[in-house]
Amino acid sequence: MSAVTVPPSTWDRVRGYAPPPRYLPIVATFALFLGLYGLGGIRYEGLSDPQVLLSLLLDNAFLIVLAVGMTFVILTGGIDLSVGSVVALSTMIAARTLQMGWSPYLAIAAVLVTGTLLGLLMGVLVHYFDIQPFIATLAGLFLARGLTYLISVESISITDTTFTSLAFKTVYIGEYYLRWTAIVALLTVAVAAFVLARTRFGRTVYAIGGNESSAMLMGLRVAATKVGVYVISGFCASLAGLLFSLYILSGNSLHAVGMELDAIAAVVIGGTLLTGGRGYVLGSLLGVLVLGMIKTLISFDGTLSSYWMRIITGLLLLAFVIVQRFATRRQR
Amino acid sequence: MTQLTRSESVAPPGTDRQPVIEMRDISITFGAVTALDQVSVRLFPGEVHALMGENGAGKSTLIKALTGVYSVDAGTVLVDGEQHEFHSPAASQAAGISTVYQEVNLVPNLTVAENMMLGREPRRFGAINVRAMNRSARRTLLELGLDIDPGSVLEEHPIAVQQLVAIARAVDVQAKVLILDEPTSSLDADEVEKLFTVMRHLRDEGVAIVFVSHFLDQVYEIADRMTILRNGRMVEERMVAETSRLELVRLMIGRELETLDRLDRAPRTEAETGAPVLTAVGLGRKNTLQATDLELFEGEVVGVAGLLGSGRTELARLLFGADHADTGEVAVRSEKRRLRSPRHAIDRKIAFSSENRKSEGVVGDLTVADNMLLALQASRGWLRPLPQATRTRLVQEYMAALDIRPADPTALMRNLSGGNQQKVLLARWLITQPEILILDEPTRGIDIGAKAQIQAKVAELAEKGMAVVFISAELEEVLRLSDRLVVMRDRRKIDERPNDDVSVRDVLEIIAGEARAEGETDA
Amino acid sequence: MPESATLVRRALQHPLVWPVLALAVLVLVNVLAKPTFLNVRMQDGHLYGNVIDILRNSAPIMLVALGMTLVIATRGIDLSVGAIAAIAAAIACTRIVGAGDEGALVTAVAATTYALVVCLLLGAWNGFLVSVLGIQPIIATLILMVAGRGISMAITDGQITTVNNPWFSDLASGFVLTLPLAFLIAAGMMLLAAALTRRTALGMLIEAVGINPEASRLAGVRSRTIIWTVYAFSGLCAGLAGLVIAANTNSVNANSLGLWIELDAILAVVIGGTSLMGGRFSLAGTFVGALFIATLARTIPNIGIPSEVNYLFKAIVVIAVCLLQSPKARAMLRPHRRAAAPRPTTAKAGTPA
Repeated sequence: MSAVTVPPSTWDRVRGYAPPPRYLPIVATFALFLGLYGLGGIRYEGLSDPQVLLSLLLDNAFLIVLAVGMTFVILTGGIDLSVGSVVALSTMIAARTLQMGWSPYLAIAAVLVTGTLLGLLMGVLVHYFDIQPFIATLAGLFLARGLTYLISVESISITDTTFTSLAFKTVYIGEYYLRWTAIVALLTVAVAAFVLARTRFGRTVYAIGGNESSAMLMGLRVAATKVGVYVISGFCASLAGLLFSLYILSGNSLHAVGMELDAIAAVVIGGTLLTGGRGYVLGSLLGVLVLGMIKTLISFDGTLSSYWMRIITGLLLLAFVIVQRFATRRQR
Repeated sequence: MTQLTRSESVAPPGTDRQPVIEMRDISITFGAVTALDQVSVRLFPGEVHALMGENGAGKSTLIKALTGVYSVDAGTVLVDGEQHEFHSPAASQAAGISTVYQEVNLVPNLTVAENMMLGREPRRFGAINVRAMNRSARRTLLELGLDIDPGSVLEEHPIAVQQLVAIARAVDVQAKVLILDEPTSSLDADEVEKLFTVMRHLRDEGVAIVFVSHFLDQVYEIADRMTILRNGRMVEERMVAETSRLELVRLMIGRELETLDRLDRAPRTEAETGAPVLTAVGLGRKNTLQATDLELFEGEVVGVAGLLGSGRTELARLLFGADHADTGEVAVRSEKRRLRSPRHAIDRKIAFSSENRKSEGVVGDLTVADNMLLALQASRGWLRPLPQATRTRLVQEYMAALDIRPADPTALMRNLSGGNQQKVLLARWLITQPEILILDEPTRGIDIGAKAQIQAKVAELAEKGMAVVFISAELEEVLRLSDRLVVMRDRRKIDERPNDDVSVRDVLEIIAGEARAEGETDA
Repeated sequence: MPESATLVRRALQHPLVWPVLALAVLVLVNVLAKPTFLNVRMQDGHLYGNVIDILRNSAPIMLVALGMTLVIATRGIDLSVGAIAAIAAAIACTRIVGAGDEGALVTAVAATTYALVVCLLLGAWNGFLVSVLGIQPIIATLILMVAGRGISMAITDGQITTVNNPWFSDLASGFVLTLPLAFLIAAGMMLLAAALTRRTALGMLIEAVGINPEASRLAGVRSRTIIWTVYAFSGLCAGLAGLVIAANTNSVNANSLGLWIELDAILAVVIGGTSLMGGRFSLAGTFVGALFIATLARTIPNIGIPSEVNYLFKAIVVIAVCLLQSPKARAMLRPHRRAAAPRPTTAKAGTPA
């Protein structure tokens, strides 16, 4: 099929650079982040310290990982309500197995395998049994929380030396420091960004979110991909659970209640459309940082109560959802 | 499985070759509906094979059976003489079958190049090589005469370009069989010509091409052989060159012509008309319909003829306020208004039955009675429910008048056959006692009996003084029913004349004549 | 066909059969574990017993599920009900505490009315986002779900507010005609909604909008008004539920009041046989579904399982109920000739045909 040969085109048109519209949400979120940081830097003296930015990363490492997994699911047009409970279950499994004297590496493996299997279960329910993602992952929410209670209703603290040393291990960049948890989170973002942008699996994720029946007709591996995103989300949730247990050094069935909402909020604020098909993990990272920055500002202020966090998050969600709504409407 | 040898089948001259695809006695049912009934089709390498038939004849179903979207209830599919069963589109593609579906089946949120290469992207070290992908996509696009940036997002392009991208994707896989289901419906003459060049080239290389199109001209220009389907059954296999257009139309429509002949209408005289019931002035909408004028009179059927995408459906929707009109006004009994919503139109005694029976008419999980009373109840508002006695009376009356079967008001709408659903929808509107009735494809894909009944009802309604707009892809039907004829093309009205012995050929000439004239000025 | 079907088969086809059967099995399990489970005794003119407790405890879920049923029937979902319940409780409690005469009937009535009006407005806000701005219901109500608890805490200033008003407490613990008032309120709202939807054309129009929005629009149904109405009603129901919960403890904890009640309510609706895809709804089914969930909560301590397993139980029930409702799972259970043909998925809205 090459009789009609055409010389490769020369790109003779040099256009002035403007970010393509699909990157605009990320640009907006980044601008919002800078704006918040700038505002804070003017109002509160301590905020201009670059260590604040690094602390933002290490305080929110678990949420970043959680948001990465959630991004995969939301890109296919689904949702995962179970992640908060899976985080709690992960802290509990880690704490309990360590208490029982397991090797820390075995404990880590147990946590990751459990989360991944839960994700697999939900993916199978969603794809092969046509159960709506909302309901299937709601079952996952109850299941994971129930398992957590089953292991222990009491809080179990983590005293294992490998874990504690991991938790406090720091990396110095000049006079500033970062913990390993933050580095794991950033690595997760990098790997996820690569998978989404440069692998067939990743592009199929976007294709399903764009139009699932087209993706099916194009002969793409829809089933494997749809189950795959829930597996990834389950894995990320358990990894986030590990990071969270390193952060808080205990397992507790009351951990991470409602954390799935934070993750969803971060993804939406990061510019990913909840209808699927549009968005980037980088946006989700920025979304988490925006939420973290608001939390930091509130704590720097000192006079604002913590519940403002939720109200502001809600307002941000509203703003982003409405803007996205009108942006997509105009395209049509 | 009984082996059936077809003595009447025709092979392309000079070929005693093995067909690349042979579908034998394929049957597919959806619930109670038989979509395909023992249909057999053969495809030979190096031919363009047209699949002909009316809407609802089973063309798309047959294609989806071949591409693994539907599973086959009975019959066999042979690829190069070997039996195959396709359980998924992926399996069909692996067997060398490449398809462009009727609706653009691409992913709007990805780039043009990705849409062409999804699933077989060039990779380097496991990662998609975007540059190589864009380069190769661009090469294929240029062959189709499409000079667009392969890195641009698909949804930024007009629908015609998206259609070409879908074709480029199908052409690019070097398939043995290429299926093009209505690929030209949104293309202009130049683009169609480029597509045909590529198709001829592929054919000469030995690819078997299945071509489905509503445009007879295109079929006669490009196709070698054809299989004609009617109501889910195979009618005949023919060489295109040996079949006249009239014969083809007869084969496609079949006995229905006779049914239509029995329709008897008293000729209307000019004196009856009087003031128009509805006047549309400059009615138009961006990218949909150019400013159009139209008048409707009492007791008159206005037939709207035109090809798919000519603006006939769009005109109906604007008349009813189903879409927002950007320009123009609709005056009902000289009350000038821009119709903002269907409610507005209903309040002014306009009724509209959409061409998409399933997605825009039927409320499947409600009962037949609820479906019939929906429009009347909606206009009364929820606080004023219809008294039970009135409900029963209306439902019984219209079930009898339209011969709706089963005559069970509590049956669920989705369990009815297409023809009966259409009658229920007609009843829904008649119950509101409209003065203006707009019917878009009211007889598409329904059985002959129901079709004749609906046509008779339309004639009867006009007799009683209703103004009817009748839209159909079947020109015979339009001509038989209408007093006046409006011909649409390229999103505008190109002709309007009283229906005095206008023939199908005349209408085709109106549509085609303009097309040819424009094609010449373009070239 | 219906003529030839036996009475049993016809009864089995009734949509209420499965929820009622599930409830019956649950009650049976309880009776087997503790034969006195169904005993009811009369004391001071009130009825007491497990069954009465279940009726009373089911009230909040029943109320929330009632509003949720109508929302789901229009193809929507309301995630914000828990947060709205918390807001209602916070408003009512702070108003009662702040009133001149904390224990007066007038105080209780004024405070609850005020709270309910606010909830109606919050519901209408959800309806505005969904019907006017066209935002997906799950996202539109997520906003209030996230922000609502913050608002509730802002009202109570993050404190657990305790009230002392006998009239208000009666909402949860009062008895009328030997039955708990809370249950009577919930059942009364149920009957009111049933009358509103089934005695007028509202129910049919709601179902039409849920089954085929575009066909309904073309038939002239005012779907915008209908959607707006059901969300406002859902807000009202959630508010009422919040008041009942607060009255039960005579206090409001903005953090935990009504937590996850939206999930229980959705579960009750689904168990009751209303599909999450919208369309046909069954208020009677929701009634049974809410009783089922309240009974489930009671079952766990009754049969001696620690209450920690509650969630695990629920998870299993959710999965089982969903699998029973899933056509694909049913097809796999049934002996079949061939795999079900995939239905052609309709192109996404907005794709030009």
